[in-house]
Amino acid sequence: MSEKQDVTFTVNGDKRTIRVEPRRSLADALREDCGLTGTHLGCEHGVCGACTVLVDDQPVRSCLMFAVQADGARVRTVEGLAAGGKLHPLQQAFWDHHGLQCGFCTPGFLMLAAGILERDPNIAEPELREALSANLCRCTGYQNILKSVLAAAFEMRR
Amino acid sequence: MRWVGRPLPRYEDPVLLQGHGRYSADLAQGARFLRFVRSPIARGRILTVNAPPETPMITAAALGDVKPICPRLDRPDCVAVAQPILASERVIYVGEPIAAVISDTAADAEDLAERVTVEINPETPVVTLDQALAPSAPLVHEAAAQNTLIDARFETAGVVVAFTSADQVVEFTFTSGRQAAMPLEARGAVAAFDTASGRVTLSASTQMPHLLRTGIADALGIAESELRVIAPEVGGGFGQKMALIPEYVAAVWAARHFACTVAWIEDRLENLTASFHARDQRLHLRGAFDADGRLLAIDADILCNVGAYSNFPATCGVEPLMALADMPGPYQLTEYRARARAIATNTCPMAPYRGVSRPVITAAMERLMDCAAARLGLDALEIRRRNLTAEFPHTSVTGVVHDPGSYREAMEAAAQVIDIAQFRTRQQTARSEGCWLGLGMSVFAERTGPGTPAFAARRMVMTPGFERVELVIDPSGFLEARIGSSPHGQGLKTTLAQLVADETGIAPRDIRVVAGDTDRTPYGWGTFASRSLVIAGGACKLAGTKLRERLQAVASQVLEAAASDIEINDGRAFVRGTDLSIEVRQLARAAYHQSHRFPAIAETGLSAVATYDPYGTFSNACHIAIVAADGATGQVTIERFVIVEDAGQLINPMIVEGQIHGGVAQGIANALYERVVYDDAGNPLTGSLSDYLVPTMAEIPKLEIQHLVTPTDASVTGAKGVGEGGTIGAPAAVLNAVSDALAPFGVGIFEMPITPQRVLHLLREAERKAQ
Ligand code: FES
Ligand code: FES
Repeated sequence: MSEKQDVTFTVNGDKRTIRVEPRRSLADALREDCGLTGTHLGCEHGVCGACTVLVDDQPVRSCLMFAVQADGARVRTVEGLAAGGKLHPLQQAFWDHHGLQCGFCTPGFLMLAAGILERDPNIAEPELREALSANLCRCTGYQNILKSVLAAAFEMRR
Repeated sequence: MRWVGRPLPRYEDPVLLQGHGRYSADLAQGARFLRFVRSPIARGRILTVNAPPETPMITAAALGDVKPICPRLDRPDCVAVAQPILASERVIYVGEPIAAVISDTAADAEDLAERVTVEINPETPVVTLDQALAPSAPLVHEAAAQNTLIDARFETAGVVVAFTSADQVVEFTFTSGRQAAMPLEARGAVAAFDTASGRVTLSASTQMPHLLRTGIADALGIAESELRVIAPEVGGGFGQKMALIPEYVAAVWAARHFACTVAWIEDRLENLTASFHARDQRLHLRGAFDADGRLLAIDADILCNVGAYSNFPATCGVEPLMALADMPGPYQLTEYRARARAIATNTCPMAPYRGVSRPVITAAMERLMDCAAARLGLDALEIRRRNLTAEFPHTSVTGVVHDPGSYREAMEAAAQVIDIAQFRTRQQTARSEGCWLGLGMSVFAERTGPGTPAFAARRMVMTPGFERVELVIDPSGFLEARIGSSPHGQGLKTTLAQLVADETGIAPRDIRVVAGDTDRTPYGWGTFASRSLVIAGGACKLAGTKLRERLQAVASQVLEAAASDIEINDGRAFVRGTDLSIEVRQLARAAYHQSHRFPAIAETGLSAVATYDPYGTFSNACHIAIVAADGATGQVTIERFVIVEDAGQLINPMIVEGQIHGGVAQGIANALYERVVYDDAGNPLTGSLSDYLVPTMAEIPKLEIQHLVTPTDASVTGAKGVGEGGTIGAPAAVLNAVSDALAPFGVGIFEMPITPQRVLHLLREAERKAQ
């Protein structure tokens, strides 16, 4: 273990400096150093996507990125999605369309979908399906996740 | 206003959607972390366990007289085996905990664990069924001759005669690969010692907090009141989290020993290799049919590879005994012989997993029907029509009572939705173009919500079944429903609120369902066997009726009307036929603060308790899949998937469909993708999600669902369970469809998962045979 290092980044709009071991993953830094436990860890080896957050607007597997690599970056997590006491259209759509069961994959899917829709609000269903297949859900059979994201996309375009 | 039957959005969701849900790992702030040192060897004698000096290490010796986990069945054909909390003499599977280290961070604990050296004298393991059953096979447990932990038999008098008089005997061996339940949240727990009370609060990712309390207290030899078990948010379980595990016993022991808070958070490698597996089964099936396609008899030899130990409380009997009892499924059958064995091997132990055995026996039975139909020149619908049970209640040959269902109707409806005739035309055209399409169906009955009678028949020493519910209205008029069951994603807090709302007249938004806390809820068995909505829901309804009567008694006094004239709706009590009314919250105030006015409820106040323990009820469904098989790559793609399901009265149709979606996806995974693989030395090779292939959105097709509703009085709410049906029916439909697609090559599928490699292998074999 080498010396701890300072990392300064913005998390959900707040500027924060944390002191971490270089080996600390961004996911652990968010969960443990920033107290944001909404980012979940389903595999810690880059497959399940439960840990997906947005780093400079790109969906990223935070278990595969070191916290020190996020120095200077703008990080967004599920805790920052709702604004002014109002759910984000994606959150609302997941609620309306039963897009979650146990909820463990949900933050990852929300952030993945947010990243996809911000980049391409008009994304067609086949491409959306393909893009959302980056993450795993064990409960929903994906039916209502797709339905929810399509509904949110519609809402966000209005 | 009626709440039952409405697709009410879930009360659970807003917290989860905002990332505020607290799962076990989220509670570990400030804890010291346990890391287990696990056996890298499948079978051997432990020689030494060494750690650098000053390493805080826990071994079996430190645990002293902590008792092993020893689940029991009260049957002469069963051998009980004890699983130590930490292995001290022998290890019998890769991943078995040998020691634990403790440190201030998870990463440090992992580093420490790596510095522990374990010397093991390796011995030849038994990994597969064949190895375990070989004449001179090494024994996993000395007490279990031929590695057989359970050897159960059943036979009716006329089996032999039925086979000799049969027109057709269809015979095959069907194998199911080993699967992992793979909840997206692995297991984990935080055990917090409270210096003031001396108690430990264990927050664990479990489906059964009360049973965990019992099991841990027994192992540690302490009173249950010393321990509080909380199931916080649980990220899926599917059966894997309904067992007592050594890790939780060790965590509570360590919290008490070090008087601190201790966390153990399982990683995915541990979860895939050293938690629990399921479905590793081989059936040899013979079916006798008369010339009209009527099933005369079944002869089944059921072998279940149950791994190294038995699980508590379900036991390793869960798969073989379920298969033995439920093999006939929805079909009429009078002659039946079966032998069902649980075979120990040097592999990860087996636990219940969504569907328990029925995905395998349904796949085998449905393959049997299709094979018999082909021999007799009948179509798949017709042979099933001739054999499906249509009169209810129906008592199966093994004595299982089926309440009313719609076995034939569901099949006919599904066939109509998918339009089989039109498909056959399309299939012909496709074949002429070298495209291999296939259609397959499965019809099944799903036993749900079994109470103590069902489990007593299995002779479980711990006999699950009842659920108790306590309803309490507080002085502000809000209702708390405390349930013994413990949901983990099923939306039970919403559906139970709907049921209680209809009974009491209090709106769901004013009802809080409290679950998963042994200090706050009555003793219950947790969530498994598609039981919570049926049994806890039934108890909610029964308690709700009593509570309404108590509210009516208070309202009758206040409004000066006969209790029988009081109606309660949406939080208000009305006197029928008048404009007199009062809010429930005012009644609640009065009941608490002017209790002297209400002698009728002196004993109970505004609370009610009920227990429900039904026999159980059968849901049923028909699944039909259309697949395309690629002859060049072996890839199977599902084009269409139709489900016609009968789960009785739907409480919340949205949630019911969600259960079916998830279940079918896991069933498709079983049929096409997922397999836990071991090498010959007993090393698990599928330790990551890049090796163990969980399907994504790209693999799961759109699922088309229709509902039928058959009334039943086997459940007081009229609702049947629906948690496992998707998983039970999907593999059979997919395998029949793949067999149909490959029929021109003379290939039939009798195994799962049927991966591209296996498809290609079978095609090549068929080609070789043809030459
Ligand atoms: S936890 Fe990061 S991809 Fe699974
Ligand atoms: S909702 Fe449970 S894993 Fe997706």
